[in-house]
Amino acid sequence: MRGIGSFAIRRAVWIVTTLWVVYTLSFILMRLVPGGPFDEERNVPAEIKHNIEARYRLDQPMYVQYGEHLWLLVRHGDFGLSYKLGDYSVNGVIAEGFPVSVSLGIFALVFALTLGTTAGVVSAVRRHSLLDNSLMGAATLGIAVPNFVLASLAIVLFVFQLKLLPAAGWGSLRQLFLPAVCLGAPYAAYIARLTRTGMLEVLGRDFIRTAFAKGLSERRVIVRHALRGALVPVVSYLGPATAGILTGSLVLENIFAIPGMGSHFIEAALQRDYTMAMGMVMVYTFLLLMMNTFVDLSYAVLDPRVSIGKL
Amino acid sequence: MIAKQTPLSTHDAPAPNDAASGDAVRYEELLCEARELRGVSLWQDAWCRLRRNRVAIYSLYFMIGISLMAMIVPVLPLQSPLDKDLENRIFLPPNRDPFRLGSRTDLRFKDRSLTSELLDFEQQLRDLKQSLKQASVGERGDIAQQLEAKYQEDPLAKLWHAPGPVVRRMLRVRVFLFGDWCIPSICGTDSLGRDALSRVCWGARVSLIVGVIATLVSLAIGVSYGAVSGYLGGWVDDLMMRIVDIMYSVPFIFIVIFIITILGAEENKKFLDSLGINQLVVFYILIGAFYWLTMARVVRGQVISLKNEQFVDAARVVGASRTRIIFHHLVPNVMGIVIVYLTLTIPAVMLFEAFLSFLGLGVAPPDVSWGLLVNEGIKVITPVKIYWWLIVFSGSALAMTLFSLNFLGDGLRDALDPRMKNRS
Repeated sequence: MRGIGSFAIRRAVWIVTTLWVVYTLSFILMRLVPGGPFDEERNVPAEIKHNIEARYRLDQPMYVQYGEHLWLLVRHGDFGLSYKLGDYSVNGVIAEGFPVSVSLGIFALVFALTLGTTAGVVSAVRRHSLLDNSLMGAATLGIAVPNFVLASLAIVLFVFQLKLLPAAGWGSLRQLFLPAVCLGAPYAAYIARLTRTGMLEVLGRDFIRTAFAKGLSERRVIVRHALRGALVPVVSYLGPATAGILTGSLVLENIFAIPGMGSHFIEAALQRDYTMAMGMVMVYTFLLLMMNTFVDLSYAVLDPRVSIGKL
Repeated sequence: MIAKQTPLSTHDAPAPNDAASGDAVRYEELLCEARELRGVSLWQDAWCRLRRNRVAIYSLYFMIGISLMAMIVPVLPLQSPLDKDLENRIFLPPNRDPFRLGSRTDLRFKDRSLTSELLDFEQQLRDLKQSLKQASVGERGDIAQQLEAKYQEDPLAKLWHAPGPVVRRMLRVRVFLFGDWCIPSICGTDSLGRDALSRVCWGARVSLIVGVIATLVSLAIGVSYGAVSGYLGGWVDDLMMRIVDIMYSVPFIFIVIFIITILGAEENKKFLDSLGINQLVVFYILIGAFYWLTMARVVRGQVISLKNEQFVDAARVVGASRTRIIFHHLVPNVMGIVIVYLTLTIPAVMLFEAFLSFLGLGVAPPDVSWGLLVNEGIKVITPVKIYWWLIVFSGSALAMTLFSLNFLGDGLRDALDPRMKNRS
């Protein structure tokens, strides 16, 4: 773990730069387009319009607005007021939705990892068996079926036909189950394929033969020796998988009526609530950048040849 | 082998005459053998390997089939994808009851049939045009107005959304070939009484076109960016690749939605319309602008490994310009890998389009796309009644297309990978 300090510093600089670029570009986009956010409303008297603009600081010149917003964000982590939800600040909405979305995402990721690696290891060990073929068949299908199609079929089947699970809502584990599984399934499928390929490659290596020659049990060889090497591609896939799960949660929160950030984001996009959408974009970007950092770190933990100093 | 044997044999032979003829025979044989050997080009080799991959070949056939189908959709004897019938045809389950085009009473078609209405309409048009020719100058404006009004009543435009000149001609062919007959609602009808099969087929057009065009945009950007960056090298390369790195670490889907949010506002829509840009075009550009990253990286890597080859030196020696070297000599040589990424980008783009349409941010009605259809299917799921046919058919059309494109891409990647040569 040498060089972790400088890794952290370099990464922090990178994250801050990226966030700043995203922020600035979004800000410019938001303000450059013709027409303000309140032009669509009914014709209001000039004073009221003036008051509205003053409340949202739209009467200031651009660079003042930019400076003020950036300062608020850096100093207090404040994204400002929502343009459409009268009394809400963007932070308030994010604070409500964030825990919901994150727990959904974590459940989905854990599900994808557990199912994916297990299926991958099993089919690599029992190569070319019926089990292997059917697992990999299911995996290819899982990759191709979009999660919203999967979710709708799952609702028809499990909710209305078998009446096993509730259709929508948030709060109980039973309500979490279906969306998390639908969200994680495509990634489980991909991880299964990655694990299988990685496993097959590792199982052909000399050190595995040595381990078997020492008389270790198959179980011990696979779990202690082979799995570690086979998981490296899976770990590097975790970055894109997180991005995908974040995106997928937009749709699934919508379908299952989950009050997470995703449904607020879509709502903001449909309502043209610029500040809200921008705040959400920043949070998602931050999440993704953090996740990529963790992935790089765990890379170094899993593969002794990768040193942190070089990341 | 040959070079070693030849001098030996001349040495051993006692009579030079015999030796010469013996050599000639041997050379003849060798030459024959050499003639029978055929050089295998990269593409032939790849095709051979692809052909052995059965799933990839089936996927290829499927894709060819579905693309052809999408091209000739207007000619197929389908029902109208738009014509609503709220009274009699809502949520019909899949059935085989016959249906005739234009038979809905509210359309007020002559004889309740599209063919007779079309004949009637054309007759009236001809009459009007005739009288326009014969009319005096004073009457002309009046008749021209009538003609204009008549065009608005076009029966084809009532059943199909804004058919362009090509589609209109194809619809004519369809009417000529099949008359009023159409395939019954074997996939059921939706919440507004529209035929699901016809909507899935018309949706294929939009979905595939979006996938292909957006991918081509990203291809153009990615290949030129990667090739320029790789060929120039040095600080330009560094700068260009840092930009790609930044874009990579941004969740671009959220940014795209954000941009669509802004561009979708009423005033901006008017502004874009004045430039002749509609939502689909914005969509192509946005997708193209974000999906080129991987392509750029891959092409850059290839170009870097190619740029010191002799053919590039040769081109430079004969005085080819930088642009010419990049686009005429280097880019054609990276086409193999570009095609692989192309087949993998198309499904990603299509999925994204479906995803956005599903959320109501992509293709807008009355256009249809598969994502939109799945969304409509989901909206009408209720505990009381399940209209499974509205999800199953559009969903499986989408899933199967993505499935075969993914497989085709994987198959092509294996086929074009020289390391896979001579493996089963």
